[in-house]
Formats: sequence, structure tokens, C-alpha cells
Amino acid sequence: MEARKIEPAEPLLSINNIEVVYDEVILVLRGVSLDVQQGQIATLLGPNGAGKSTTLKAISGLLKTEDGEVSRGEISFMGERIDKKNAEDIVRSGIFQVMEGRRIVEDMTCVENLRLGAYTRREGNIKEDIDMVFNYFPRLKERTGLAGYLSGGEQQMLAIGRALMARPKMILLDEPSMGLSPLLVKEVFSIIEQINKEQGITMLLVEQNANFALKCADYGYIMESGKIVLDGSREKLLNNQDVKEFYLGGSDERKSFKELKSYKRRKRWL
Amino acid sequence: MNTDLLLQLTVNGLIVGLLYGVIAMCFVLIYKSTQVVNFAQGEFLLIGAWICWSTLVWLKLPFFVGFLLTLGFMTLFGILIQAIFLRPMIGEPIISVIMVTIGLSMFFQALMKWIFGTAPASYPQVFETQTVSVLGMNIEMAYILSLIFSFIMMGGFYWFFRYSKMGLAMRATAFDQQVASSLGISVPKVFAASWAISAMVSATAGIVIGMVNGVSDSLSFIGIKVFPAVILGGLDSVIGGVVGGVIIGVLENLAEFVDSQYLHVGNLYTIAPFYVLLIILTIKPYGLFGTKDIERI
Repeated sequence: MEARKIEPAEPLLSINNIEVVYDEVILVLRGVSLDVQQGQIATLLGPNGAGKSTTLKAISGLLKTEDGEVSRGEISFMGERIDKKNAEDIVRSGIFQVMEGRRIVEDMTCVENLRLGAYTRREGNIKEDIDMVFNYFPRLKERTGLAGYLSGGEQQMLAIGRALMARPKMILLDEPSMGLSPLLVKEVFSIIEQINKEQGITMLLVEQNANFALKCADYGYIMESGKIVLDGSREKLLNNQDVKEFYLGGSDERKSFKELKSYKRRKRWL
Repeated sequence: MNTDLLLQLTVNGLIVGLLYGVIAMCFVLIYKSTQVVNFAQGEFLLIGAWICWSTLVWLKLPFFVGFLLTLGFMTLFGILIQAIFLRPMIGEPIISVIMVTIGLSMFFQALMKWIFGTAPASYPQVFETQTVSVLGMNIEMAYILSLIFSFIMMGGFYWFFRYSKMGLAMRATAFDQQVASSLGISVPKVFAASWAISAMVSATAGIVIGMVNGVSDSLSFIGIKVFPAVILGGLDSVIGGVVGGVIIGVLENLAEFVDSQYLHVGNLYTIAPFYVLLIILTIKPYGLFGTKDIERI
């Protein structure tokens, strides 16, 4: 926390101690706080069921479509509170979520999917932007059939392209590597980095694949059972013994199974 | 064999069938975007036809003014029906939703009878010439009008779903509501819009039919007739609805031909479409054009 207080600029997105409850009973997030700076790629890592996707849905407002709500804390984007807003207003204010599992509209063509991404836009040339997306993902241009017949990787590219069409200030990516071959994961991540550099779009990346995610992220948060347990810059996380051991696989020295327990004690609670 | 009659009936069947197709599209529009099987579709025709009739006969307005007023009224009507009766039903079992629409259907039928009486009423003369002769057949002017109306509506729907923003949004909502809201689409707005459009177009169809046959209770029966057309085409296919409508329209008239020339059982034309429906559904349970989900294996 000390380190972040010195940051001069106001964060683009800031989540302050939120709790999320599903169905009015099930507590999923227990006090999550994180900041994403303008122009950064931040990543949120953690095991299954830690609450990563829920955090993204809390930001994008999609939580409300699943009977969930932010019951405590606040989320602000560009200095404005968004946790009470509904999903379409949040899209209009500049946050676009690429949901887990791609979720492109299967019975539409690529171009129709892309035009759908631009639904909230009132100005700008949509044709030009479609060309811009095809520039990033040249292989989508050749696919003229229904999007449901695209390969998994192409669907992921289409989902990211669709997000670009909305000209967002920030994209929330939920597991873009899911179900893709390592080579494709590499390709998708390098394009994500490229988009971040060229378009200046801030990204919050949720991943299981910590290796790839930490390679392209500037800052990382690690989440376990509804709480952030560790955060730091890429270098700090990559050099952290725990992260190496639990998320990156392999560590410098062999450890005995007995020592694993010590991890719990060394957790840092935010 | 009476070829002239056969030809005349086939042409009638095509024209009526296209009209059924348009109403089927309205039905599919509601089903696709809001998952409501709307049994009150026929009442949209009835209400639209009566409202327009009353603006012409009671208020003595010129046709176009009355027509536009009716469209405005139906838009509002569709939105209100959705907001008041169907929105609370979101997430409820389909059978409850169906009961609501059946209830609405009965209620509005009775309401129309109460306001306008049970006697059929005919529209004031809108066109000067009654019939035109095409290739030796006498075709009523109103039929030509309905043909033009059907084509305009179909073209309109095609354009709407392919190129307009709202049309794309409706298709996205039909595909997955959560995806739609993640794209910034307001799902309640899409619901309201689909009911409004459906009510408006159905009402226009009601007016067109009213001009030919007069306005009476039988208009709401068309809503039931469109049902086999929709199921035949596949509940969620707009094109299927049109094809289904044409098939039902032609079949009806062919059955009428066979009946009047050979069988003399009477009223065969009302049930023939349902027989064909049974046969086709046994072979293709999803209808002719119903979607099978795309699955990559």
C-alpha cells in the first residue's frame, strides 16, 4: 500500500474494498481493492473460484445480470463511481468486457459481430475501424461465413476485435488464453500488447496462465478465495518465490512438501 | 377440371400466404427476442383494424392520417403490453408466459366486442377501382395492395435485421442476453422495441385484411392460423415464417379447390394446413428452418 501512495497520477480504475454477494447470500468477494493506472496492462491471477471473473463482472456491471451485487465498497472509473450503474451505461462510459469463453454471436458473420461492437458509438467511421481490426487480425478478413464456424483462436480474436470497435478506454479480458494452443496464446497476447501500445487502451487481464500474463503485464494482483493476497510490479512478482512456485511452475531450489504450509503464513493480506 | 378456378385459388393462396408470412414474422420477432410465445398476435390485427376503422368512420379522418394514428397507437400499445404484463414474467416457466398471452388474447377479444359490437363492419371505400384484370384473372385491388404491403414488409424486415443497428442488437439479444448487455445493448429496450414493431406491423396487416373482408372477430383467428405457419417454418426463423405462411396460404386454397370440386365435405380449408403441419413436423421436428445450434466437434 505504501508504494501506491507515492503514485502521482489518479488511477483510471480504482476498486476500493468491495464485497460481492450472489443471490443475497453467497459472499464471493470479501474486500477486494485494486488500482489500474492509465495505459497499463494489469493482470489478475489466481486459481479457479478465487473470484477473478466476479471482480471483472463487478466492474463491467454484468454481475447484475447474474443476480449478484456489490454490497460494500466502491468502484470508480475516471473519478466517477460506477458500481451502481448498469452494464450498458458502463460500456458507454468506456469499459468493455471480453467475457470468458469468447461469447461471440455465433449466427452472425465476423463483420456483423464487429458492427455490433460499435453499438454504443455515435460518431466515427465504423468502416475504418473494421479495417483497423482486420489489420490487427488479418486472418479474420478471409472468414466470411458465420462466426460460429471459426476456430477457437479466431473467435478469441473476433471477441477482442469486437471490443476495439467500441473504442473503449479500458478493456477487461477474461481468460483470453482459454482453450487455445500455446502458439496461439502467444499470438493473442502479443496482439493484446500491441493494441495496448498503439491504441493506448488500458487493460485488465484475468488469467490462469500466469506465465504469459506476467510477461505482458505491467502490474499484477494475485487473488485467492475472494481476496487479493499479493500485488506488485511485474519484476517483483516474477522474482517472488511463492509466485514462482505456485503460479509459474518450478523454482530455484527444490523444496520439500512440508514447507508448502509456510505459504499460508507468509500470505500478505491487503 | 376447372383450371381457371384452380389458378385463381392458387393466386389467392399466394397473396394470403404472403400476408400470413408477414404476421408470422411478427410472431417470430417476439419469440426470438423475448422468448414469449404470443397467442395474442391475432388480437394485434383485430385491435389495429378496429382502431383504424374508428378513426375513419367515427372521426372521419382521411385514410393516411388514420393509418398513422393507428401505427402510433399500436407502438405505444405494444410497449405497454410488454412492460406491464410480460416484463414481470421474465424468468418464469414458459407455460405461465403462454397463459398470460392467452389471457390477454381473450381479454382483448372481449374488449373489442364490447366497444365495437359483434357485427362485422366494412371499411369505407379507399380505392376507386375495385378489381383489376391481370392475365384474365380478376384480382381485387385490395389484394394487390396486400401483395405490395407484404413485399415492403419483408424487404423492410430483411434490411432491418441485416443492416440496422437495432436489428443487429435484437439478433444479439436473441442469441444471448448477457452478451448483449456486455456490448452496451439495453435488453429491456430491445424487448420493448420488438413488441412495438410486431404490434405495428400486425396492425397494418389487420387493416389490409379488414379492407378486403371487413373487420370482425375472424381477424383474431388469423393469429391462430399463423401458428402452424410459424411452427412449420421453425419457431425462431424469420424466413421460415414467411415460407410457412405461403405454404399454409396455398394449401388452404388448394384444399378449398379439392373440396369444392370433388369431396364436398365442406370447410376442409381450415383444417388442411394442420394435417400438413403434423406430417412435416413428424419428419422435421424443428420445422423447416428451425435453428440447430452450431457446434464444433
